[in-house]
Amino acid sequence: MPDTIDRNIFAELQDAAGAEFVIELVTTFLEEAPVMLAELRSAMDAQQADKFRRAAHSLKSNCQTFGAMQLGAMARDLESNGMAGGAPALDALEAHFREVAAQLQELSRGG
Amino acid sequence: MVDESPARVAPGTSTGRAGSSRARTGLPSGAGARLLVADDNKVNRLLMTRSLELQGHKVQTAENGRVALQMLRAETFDLVLLDMEMPELDGFGVLEQMAGDNQLRSLPVIVTSSLEGITDIVRCIELGADDYLHKPVNPVLLKARINSSLEKKRLRDQQQDLIKRFATSEVADDLQESGFALGGRRVQATVMFSDIRGFTSLVESQSPEETIELLNTYYTLMFDAISGQGGVVNQMIGDGLMAIFGAPQALDDSPLAAVRAALDMVEMIDLFNVERAGLEKEPIRIGIGIASGEVVAGYTGTQQRATYTCIGDTVNLAARLEAHTKEVQRGILLDGDTRAALGDKVSLDALGEVTFKGKSLAVSVYAVKAQAQR
Repeated sequence: MPDTIDRNIFAELQDAAGAEFVIELVTTFLEEAPVMLAELRSAMDAQQADKFRRAAHSLKSNCQTFGAMQLGAMARDLESNGMAGGAPALDALEAHFREVAAQLQELSRGG
Repeated sequence: MVDESPARVAPGTSTGRAGSSRARTGLPSGAGARLLVADDNKVNRLLMTRSLELQGHKVQTAENGRVALQMLRAETFDLVLLDMEMPELDGFGVLEQMAGDNQLRSLPVIVTSSLEGITDIVRCIELGADDYLHKPVNPVLLKARINSSLEKKRLRDQQQDLIKRFATSEVADDLQESGFALGGRRVQATVMFSDIRGFTSLVESQSPEETIELLNTYYTLMFDAISGQGGVVNQMIGDGLMAIFGAPQALDDSPLAAVRAALDMVEMIDLFNVERAGLEKEPIRIGIGIASGEVVAGYTGTQQRATYTCIGDTVNLAARLEAHTKEVQRGILLDGDTRAALGDKVSLDALGEVTFKGKSLAVSVYAVKAQAQR
C-alpha cells in the first residue's frame, strides 16, 4: 500500500519552511480542510458546481503542499469531473482525509 | 534647450533621484521588497508568507481579489503574488483591473496557482502577468522568479525616472500609453510663447551666475503657472519658452487655460519683482503671445533622438504675437480664435488687425487688460 503522505515532499517542506512552522501549518490545514469537505457536501446538495469546483481545487492545492498525493488526486478528480461521483465519492474522500490527518500530525511532530 | 529624448535613455544609469525602488539602497538586489500575496486558501497564504519572509521581504496578504485591489490602490507594493481561484473577484479579474489602471499597470504580477490545463495559464500571461508558477511552489524557483521580476521593475522605474527628467510628465505618460513613434497628428490646441523683455541688456549688466539663478527661478515660476493650468512647457530657449495647452493630452478649454496661465505668470513675475526690489535689482517684464487652432503635434527627430513638439501656423502666430508685445507695450496678446473661445470670461482690448511678417492675411489682435487679473 502506498504511503498516505509522500515522505520526501513532507521533508522538503520542513527543510524549506522550518519544522516548527510546519507544525503550525499542519494545524491550520486540519482546521481548514474539514471546512472544505463540508463545502463540498453543501455544494453538492445545492448543486452549486462552481463552489464545488473551488473547494476541490483548494483542497487539492493543500494536499500537494503536504505530499498527501492520493488525497490530492481524489480532490483533483472532483475538481475536473464535478459532482459526477455523487455522495460515495465524498464518503471516500472524507475517509481518506482521516488517515491523512492522523499521519500529518504524527509526521509534523517528528513521528 | 531641453528636449525629450526617450530613445537615448540608457537603462542602468543611476539617476540619483529618490524613487520608490531606491528606498532599499544597500540591500542585496531584490531583497526587502514590499509584496502582496493574494490567496483565498489560508494554508497557502501562511506558507507563501513564510517563504517570502525567509527571503527578507515584507509581506501583506489579501484573501480575495477585491481586497487585493483595495490594498494595491491604498498602499505601495513592489510585486504581487496572485492566486487565480478566489471568491468575490478571481485572479483574472484582478489582472484585468490592473491592466486598466495607470497606477497599477506596470506592477509585476507572478501568478501562483494550480490551474489545470494550459489555456488559463496562457490567459494569465496575455492579461499581463509576468510569470506563472505552479503550486506547490518550489521556494528556490520562487526566489529566482521574484528577484528577476523585481530587477525588471527596478530598471523600468529607473527608465521612467529618466524619461520624466528629460520630458514633461504628460509626454512621459503619452509615451507609456502610445509608445514612441515619429510623426505627428492634427489636434486643436492653444500655443503660448513667452520671454523676458530686455533680457540681453540684463545679461550684460550682471554676472553669469546671477543670470543662471534668475533663469532658474523664472523657469520654476513659469512651469508652476503653466502646469497648474494643464499646459506643457515643451521648449526652453534662453529666456524664451513655448508651451502647449491641449496636447499631448486634451484639455476641456485650452484657450481659457492658456490665458489663465498667462495671468498667473504675470502675477508671479510681479511677486518676484517685489523680492528683487528688496535686493535692489531691476524688475523684469515678460511678454506672452497666445494663439489657438489646429497644430500638428508629435515626435520629430530621429529614432535615436527626438523631441515632442507642435508645428503649424498657430505656432508661428503665437511666436509673432509674443514678439508684437514689445511694439504695443502690452503684456499678453491673443489671436482672434483664442478671443472667440474665451467669450466674456476675460476683459480684452481689441487692437485691430495686424499683418505679420511672412503672413499674407491680417489677423485680429487682442490684449488682455491688466486689471483682468483675478
